[in-house]
Amino acid sequence: MTLALLGSRRGAVVAIALAIVGLALPWFVYPVLAIDIVAYALFAVAFDLLLGFTGLLSFGHALFWGGAGYVATILIAKAGAPFPLAVIAALAYAAIAALVVGAIAIRRQGIYFAMITLALAQLQYFVAFQLGDWTGGENGVQVSSRGTLFGLRLDDDKAFYYAVLVVAALGVWFVVRVVRSPFGAVLGAMRENEQRAVALGFRVDRYKLVAFVLSGTLAGLAGVLFAVGNRLSGLDGVDWHTSGKVVIMTILGGIGTVFGPLVGAGIYESLDFFVSKTPIGDKTNIVMGTIFALCVLLFRRGIVGELLAIRARPKGAPPS
Amino acid sequence: MLRIVNFAHGAMFMLGAFVAYYGAQLAGLPFYGALFVAPVVVGLFGLLIEVAFLRRLYGLDPLYGLLFTFALVLVIEDAMRIAAGALGSPYSPPPSLTGATNLGFTLFPTYRLFVIAAAIVICAVVWYVLERTPVGARIRAATEAPVLVRALGIDTQRLVSITFAVGVALAALAGVLAAPNQNVEPTMGDKIIINTFAIVVIGGLGSIGGSVITGFAIGLLQTLGAVIFPAFNDTLIFLLMIVVLLIRPSGLFGSPASAK
Repeated sequence: MTLALLGSRRGAVVAIALAIVGLALPWFVYPVLAIDIVAYALFAVAFDLLLGFTGLLSFGHALFWGGAGYVATILIAKAGAPFPLAVIAALAYAAIAALVVGAIAIRRQGIYFAMITLALAQLQYFVAFQLGDWTGGENGVQVSSRGTLFGLRLDDDKAFYYAVLVVAALGVWFVVRVVRSPFGAVLGAMRENEQRAVALGFRVDRYKLVAFVLSGTLAGLAGVLFAVGNRLSGLDGVDWHTSGKVVIMTILGGIGTVFGPLVGAGIYESLDFFVSKTPIGDKTNIVMGTIFALCVLLFRRGIVGELLAIRARPKGAPPS
Repeated sequence: MLRIVNFAHGAMFMLGAFVAYYGAQLAGLPFYGALFVAPVVVGLFGLLIEVAFLRRLYGLDPLYGLLFTFALVLVIEDAMRIAAGALGSPYSPPPSLTGATNLGFTLFPTYRLFVIAAAIVICAVVWYVLERTPVGARIRAATEAPVLVRALGIDTQRLVSITFAVGVALAALAGVLAAPNQNVEPTMGDKIIINTFAIVVIGGLGSIGGSVITGFAIGLLQTLGAVIFPAFNDTLIFLLMIVVLLIRPSGLFGSPASAK
């Protein structure tokens, strides 16, 4: 159903609509918030590659997001590295970290997988906390200038936003390609019935590991865009609440729908921003947690997933 | 035991400590009273959550239970931050348990001795109830073959609710016991729950004995770690988890069949 949507004319319409929203966004909201939304959207799509298309719930994706953010900001701030070099180094870090974490975590499934990824992310959190000389501890790493990219001055927030938008769009396109490839089909087969995939001769663990590394690396890319966009990376980025945040965005939008996590990230970030302006202040989790609890209880397919289900249902059929 | 992974267990631990703290502040509730009041109050709250919400998620992938309880953590933590502020408040142990006791070879804080003794008693009671009483036998049967147990005329739903509430009450009791040793603050449950997950992964799920032995062993290891490498003490438990997973993926006490 979802895959059909991706290739259909309706899919193209959705993609164009999202592109228009993406292009117009910084004219409606504060540009740094727009950067946050797009970075989280890429993060959620990367995460969904694992949850929606491979069936693995990671509760430790902050490890890649925050870890890559640290690597990039530290290189820019302390070594004066140019932006592209910092991005490449951060991606290398995310990929290696994902390879190690993935290799350990795929030994177990389901809830254990979630707990192991959470624990390993927490390991990085404590290491980042202890290495205060590098990570700035509670203060984080601040970047005074984002540098340039192909002659474009990235310190202009709108210019950087559009650079982020292009990179994120490429990232999402990449995920769509992966999901629709023969490799993606094997991931789907594993998610539906792992025993059967094994019986068909697929080396399930290899596929899981590759999916984990792809997901972790893209999450790292998103984390770099976020950290450099905010000119700051701190302990928040590697904290387990961030891992939980991407879980909420993805499920709220609709797992396994590609566009759902984009919508989920957009809704989460804008709602979070507006709630933080009310008397609730920084205790936005009381609202986000309530919404997520309702989502888990009442509409587990997420916003986009439920919409697709309504469209796919034949006329007159009762809701499933 | 129930195959529910309660992410909110840390939050219940925190609520237990807050009940003790507010009980003392507002109603002059003594420490020993809090040991009874907090588990009852928080246990009833847990029962309410189970009956109103969690029950709807049984039969689905257990991950939904994890996700729902994660949402609860966010709500409860921020609710407590609004009610109590983010900063911690001290809670003092009763005068009879302050000071140190001479153990012959070393001086040890009396309160910590009391906590150790209480933990041993509680674990022994839980083990006894689950393994040696008719109720415990029913609970174990209900988790292994719920349909069969229902066919024998036992209300498994009620058993599950009660077991969940008791589990929550025990978390609250642990929160009261821990309150004098640390600040009572909304995030005090976070570290506990993540460490607990690591303990469960190391020990293997559904094995009370395994979890207790692992829990005590980790506590001991962390105390030693605090003396040997203080900077990396918090990471020790996770490193141990990695080693266990590499050598014995099903956990130290888990059977390979239950390692799903």
